[in-house]
Amino acid sequence: MSRVLTGHSIDHVVLERGEVANSWRQERWDSLRLLTPNWLSRLPGYAYAGSDPDGYMNLAEVVSFIAGFAAETSAPVRTDTTVTAVRSIEGGYQVVTQLGEIRCRSLVLATGAANTPRVPDLHRAVPQAVQCLTTFSYRNPDQLPSGGVLIVGAAATGVQLADEIHRSGRPVTLCVGEHVRLPRTYRGRDILWWMENSGVWNQRYDQIEDLERARRLPSPQLVGTPEHSTLELNTLSAAGIEIVGKLAAVRDGCALFSGGLANQFALADLKMERLLDTFDAWARDSHIDIEVGPAERFPPTRAPLSTRLSLDLRSGEIGSIVWATGYRPDYRWLNVPVITHKGELRHDGGVVTEAPGMYVLGLPVLRRRKSTFINGAEADARDLAGHLAGYLAACAGPQQDCATRRRQESFEIPPHL
Amino acid sequence: MGQVVNNGVNVDALLAAREALKNTPAAGEFTWRASCKWLNGTHARSTIQGFRGLGEEQSHKSEFSFDTDHPQVFASEDNGATPVEVVLVGLASCLTAGVAAVAQNRGIQLRSVEARLEGKMNIAGILGADGDVRNGYDSIKVTFHVDADASKKDIEALVAQSQKRSAVFDIITNPTNVTVEVV
Repeated sequence: MSRVLTGHSIDHVVLERGEVANSWRQERWDSLRLLTPNWLSRLPGYAYAGSDPDGYMNLAEVVSFIAGFAAETSAPVRTDTTVTAVRSIEGGYQVVTQLGEIRCRSLVLATGAANTPRVPDLHRAVPQAVQCLTTFSYRNPDQLPSGGVLIVGAAATGVQLADEIHRSGRPVTLCVGEHVRLPRTYRGRDILWWMENSGVWNQRYDQIEDLERARRLPSPQLVGTPEHSTLELNTLSAAGIEIVGKLAAVRDGCALFSGGLANQFALADLKMERLLDTFDAWARDSHIDIEVGPAERFPPTRAPLSTRLSLDLRSGEIGSIVWATGYRPDYRWLNVPVITHKGELRHDGGVVTEAPGMYVLGLPVLRRRKSTFINGAEADARDLAGHLAGYLAACAGPQQDCATRRRQESFEIPPHL
Repeated sequence: MGQVVNNGVNVDALLAAREALKNTPAAGEFTWRASCKWLNGTHARSTIQGFRGLGEEQSHKSEFSFDTDHPQVFASEDNGATPVEVVLVGLASCLTAGVAAVAQNRGIQLRSVEARLEGKMNIAGILGADGDVRNGYDSIKVTFHVDADASKKDIEALVAQSQKRSAVFDIITNPTNVTVEVV
């Protein structure tokens, strides 16, 4: 967004509570790699330039990619600046930080969707002896006590951690609710090549029939490995990981799992097939059938005849639980009434219509299916920067010299900042 | 998709209700009720009429009544279905209604929908003969036969979506807190 605002000659500052790429430095587990191949790591005027376009960046590479972009674009970033409050004031917003306050006409919330782990309330009933970790506190299997590990959630994070922890020699039980199954590669190409080129990834938020549902979809069961391997439930269960239904309750120290697992498998398999049908149709219609491999179909997820419905957490069988149940944004610092009773920001494709001049970036399907991916930032930022520029121009009024007025008044930054 | 699909489900009304609940979430709080009177032996009669929802008391058009009993092999008089069979009735009818609603929403004309249910149970549990055997069903199997203007894949998706949105499927597959009081 900063790069695009610079293109519009709009004065701005970027506030960062830590260092550039802070959440990648501080809040991710050690082995994490991007789900998107390197060639898709693109920011405005900036792209991956290494020797492995089909590989997936590890954490250190992501940090240096983003820090490199910040440096190359000379983004006006103020690091170690934590926003503690945002209030509406006449003509704009007051942003309070631990270093002082800033007044601005327009504000872009780019704090993302993953500020804090979303752990279900039933965690309170877990017996004390079981160590609980979240995807924020988990770094690697060495942290875990001996004994079995219950992993709750089977989106990208859950399946990746299940695989890694199982390889460390600990017995793993994986709770599986609604999930999105995807092969890593399809017809010889990365699945995200298909997403990008078929246009699915670019589908706009106002063209999606059930937007609310699309925004709540768990991340696909994918992993970025040098082998380009597919990480699916069939592989995990063949390796010896026990798959159980969604964790429904913890009662008297027992974890109770849903008996509806077979339908979760059926839904995910059907959904994957529909997506692959879409890709096949696109490949046929755009005459690239000959450039890619033959159409493939994958075996259904094998449902066990009966899954375990309960697990006694007091027996010592389970030493730790990893909550891989997703993330949520944290808007406690936003003192503007634009938050729903469920803690979500009300916006229309990133425009916070109830708070003129306020915008948000990086939420699921904000403006496109790819909005939360690095590659999705540019298009959204361009759309919203255009809106923002129009807003500032309208504020300035027809008789004013907008550029001059903006430069003079858009920020009153205290000298110590 | 040219012709009008009619499965007798007013999907527009359901979708409008979903939209309305976004603005008034409290209206979505429903209370369902049943009353039961012991008649004799294992024979009992349950009745259903009133319920609460959309912020006020509601009523069915008339009172519905269900007799339950146990069969003669249980040394009973068999004046009605057993309660565990009524549970199967609840699951079957909920999934079937779901199939119709989802089909309507997806523009699929149904010609016939039939479900067969089998619940497996070892009665050593309820008789207290073996403490390791549970009282309830070990497993329930539902088999659907759907005749509709749709591919096998679409019909499978229909049945899967019906399970996903079924209250009774959820009640049976997930634990529910139950409190029983004597007053």
